[in-house]
Amino acid sequence: MKIVGTSVPKIDGLAIATGAPVYTDDLALQHALVIKILRSPHAFAKITAIDTSKAEGLSGVACVLTYQDVPKVRFTLAGQSHPEPSPFDRLILEQIVRYVGDEVAIVAAVDEATAVKALRLIKVEYDVLEPVLDFVTAEGHASVIHPEADLRCNFDIGLHQDKNIAASHKVEVGDVERELAQCDVVAEEIFFTQAQAHAMMETYRSFSYLDHTGRLVVVSSTQIPFHVRRQLALALQLPASKIRVIKPRIGGGFGGKQTGAVEIFAAIVTLKTGKPAKIVYDRKETFISTSSRHAARVKVRLGADRQGNILAIDIQALTDTGAYGEHAPTVLGCIGEYTLPLYNKTKAVRFMGKAVYTNKMSAGAFRGYGATQGTFALESTVNILAEQLNMDPTEIRLKNIIRAGETHLTGHGEALGSSTLDKCIAKGKQLIGWDDKYPRTVVGTNKVRAVGMALTMQGSGIAGIDTASAEIRLNDDGNYTLLLGSTDMGTGSDTILAQMAAEVLEAAIGDIIVTTADTDIVPYDPGSYASSTTYVTGTAVINAAKVLRQAILQQGAEFLHHAVEDVEFDGKSVTTLDGAKTISLPKIAELSVLGNGKLQLVGTATFGGEVSPPPYIAGFAEVEVDTLTGKVELIDYVAAVDCGTVINPNLARIQAEGGIVQGIGMAMFEDVKYDPAGRMQSDSFMQYKIPCRKDVGRIRVEFATSYEPTGPFGAKSIGEVVANTPAPAILHAVYNAVGVRVQNLPLTPEKVFLGLQNL
Amino acid sequence: MQVEFILNGQRIELAVEKNEFLAEALRKAGMLGVRQGCNTSSCGLCTVWIDGKPTLSCSFLALRAAGKSITTIEGVQTEAKEFAAFLTAQGAEQCGFCSPGFIMTVLAMKRELTTYSEEAIIHYLAGNLCRCTGYMGQLRAVKAYLGVTE
Ligand code: FES
Ligand code: FES
Repeated sequence: MKIVGTSVPKIDGLAIATGAPVYTDDLALQHALVIKILRSPHAFAKITAIDTSKAEGLSGVACVLTYQDVPKVRFTLAGQSHPEPSPFDRLILEQIVRYVGDEVAIVAAVDEATAVKALRLIKVEYDVLEPVLDFVTAEGHASVIHPEADLRCNFDIGLHQDKNIAASHKVEVGDVERELAQCDVVAEEIFFTQAQAHAMMETYRSFSYLDHTGRLVVVSSTQIPFHVRRQLALALQLPASKIRVIKPRIGGGFGGKQTGAVEIFAAIVTLKTGKPAKIVYDRKETFISTSSRHAARVKVRLGADRQGNILAIDIQALTDTGAYGEHAPTVLGCIGEYTLPLYNKTKAVRFMGKAVYTNKMSAGAFRGYGATQGTFALESTVNILAEQLNMDPTEIRLKNIIRAGETHLTGHGEALGSSTLDKCIAKGKQLIGWDDKYPRTVVGTNKVRAVGMALTMQGSGIAGIDTASAEIRLNDDGNYTLLLGSTDMGTGSDTILAQMAAEVLEAAIGDIIVTTADTDIVPYDPGSYASSTTYVTGTAVINAAKVLRQAILQQGAEFLHHAVEDVEFDGKSVTTLDGAKTISLPKIAELSVLGNGKLQLVGTATFGGEVSPPPYIAGFAEVEVDTLTGKVELIDYVAAVDCGTVINPNLARIQAEGGIVQGIGMAMFEDVKYDPAGRMQSDSFMQYKIPCRKDVGRIRVEFATSYEPTGPFGAKSIGEVVANTPAPAILHAVYNAVGVRVQNLPLTPEKVFLGLQNL
Repeated sequence: MQVEFILNGQRIELAVEKNEFLAEALRKAGMLGVRQGCNTSSCGLCTVWIDGKPTLSCSFLALRAAGKSITTIEGVQTEAKEFAAFLTAQGAEQCGFCSPGFIMTVLAMKRELTTYSEEAIIHYLAGNLCRCTGYMGQLRAVKAYLGVTE
């Protein structure tokens, strides 16, 4: 391979790094109306009166919309393939408001100052209701958050409106209770993971206008253009053919932009006024009125024999989906789906859980998508089990992990295609210096250093659902245009997909124009989420490029008056096998388009994975704990990664380092917090701390490549799996240092300090 | 209100509101490389130079720019591209949204510090948040650019 496997710089890198105006707000029309949202001050209330006359009378106000002005059709903002698993439980605006920050009215005006002034002129009266703020007691609470009769689901997701249950899930293979009862040792523990904010640097924003044929065009910082188009069509009751969604460069997503946030507001204003309109959330709105990671309570029971064979796994989860059910059933399911298959010497496994509604901001998709919560609980319990058995935590894992070619109980008999997880463990162990450092070293009067570890897996796309298409065209001058619906959000997917096409066509990266994420132009792709782009879209790209390669051969052969079997293509020209006759690619291109070829050459392909091959990571943390104050310093983090073939080592490394730092943030700093009335307190970077460069110590990433037989050039995913190990590994290290086991994230110095007092 | 200052070497006059911050005024003047990531002076995305000093333009009143010399990433494109080449060689511009502010800070650091150590670099750049990259690649790029080998 020439281009795949090399660290090609990102094709958009230089432009975005040096400030090119290529993001949504840079492209917005200058005189677009500015949209502002009036938000609920109450966690749960019914609007009894709303007077917009003063606001509407203000000069410069173009429109004020309330629940009386929107279609009465429920939809979900979750960006998921049709039929969406998430409940259709929201309207654009509604008479009931379900959290502090829920939308009450939409105002559009000539400028921001006027819009803000108009917000203040709207008078709203509320009937304030008793909110549900604790997810542990949400089920069966006297307040029913979604009493509406028209809430609907595409299929049964175990939703029970009257009990505030948004989704429930159960999978069991074997008899878990019976196996646990027979085990020599059972480790059992309950863990809490907090809501986490995505905190991408570019906040949510969209602008919209009507084009020359009267169609609605929405330019948005989104991961899911095709899903947004479907959402808008339903919510606004417009045919999808009347809507175009374009994603320019976007300033980070992390799953946040897999949920529609602001498109709907821009779109409805443009439809009502006929005018261009834009909405840009500030940081506070991004914190309080979009989505976060689902907070969760996860209970794990692990049973093993004396030799350390894990024989039974039971995981029970409760997640907090907040006011609306975006991604509730699927994040819940993934808690089990991406944990149970790690250890396969089991005789019985079970995952069951519920997602409940509360009167808080809606949760949604966030890098890791349930695997993060599940991994924290499972891996922390494995570390406890290892201690009970008096085994080294790395040894118990090596004894129990699934290996390539093996099956696991919930895997329907499908053999694992690839894994180097055992090598990852060995490599990580060596890099962190495990054998010298485990479990702890006293390094000063009140300073102890220790190491900890955890494993994780994820998927690569959603098997049987995610389906992506790719189109690649030979242009008149001999270069190519690659058309894709995947959404590079900084990850470099446009670049690595071009690498794959270039590899097949033996072209240079610079010969491939990559056009993506415009629903009018590119073929369908669900968008970039669920760790799908490298694997699913990548395979479609390879197949499309192969089709085009064959077409080039065919066309070249015809121009040379030879049979296709008698010619070959080296990326530059088609030549007869005897070398006697040759025709260059630009000539083939030219003759095809404007000469006697009369056939512009295009390759298209559609791919959907039958399986979702898991990437793996072994993560190792070294911390230093101050035994007087409880302060924890992260010294070193090592991640040994199996993502199959590494398509672009630099970009994969940055994905890993970035995801690990988000995991470190979740482990040690980040916490979405509410006051007793349900108002979010952590609504700025002052109250919500994300790691800065002084907080993260040293991070080292090593690849232990495998070859995934179903993957593009043997590749698997990398985008999400990287977020999962820091929390369990760091907490393990802290336990090894001082014996304090923190079970509710984040691990703050206070919790360690209090734990030290209770030892 | 009118305010007159030097923007990237050229005298300009801008109409601004009295409560308007420089970041917004600069974007209105077409300097779209100026980004904002917060409203609490926490992220560093909006960093520009005011009389050569890296400054958060989101919390600097536009009126106070009167008579000063303001430099944005648009004004140092050659140097920015030189450093950006080191950044892209690491893949350490992920979404790129933080990059202009980060680069303005790096270029200021290059001028301000006399010796560069890893610790001094991390300290100087600590106010520039990045949610994508995890900072390690940025550090590798800065060290390579400045020729720091330790
Ligand atoms: S915009 Fe965040 S510091 Fe200026
Ligand atoms: S590259 Fe996205 S925030 Fe830094």
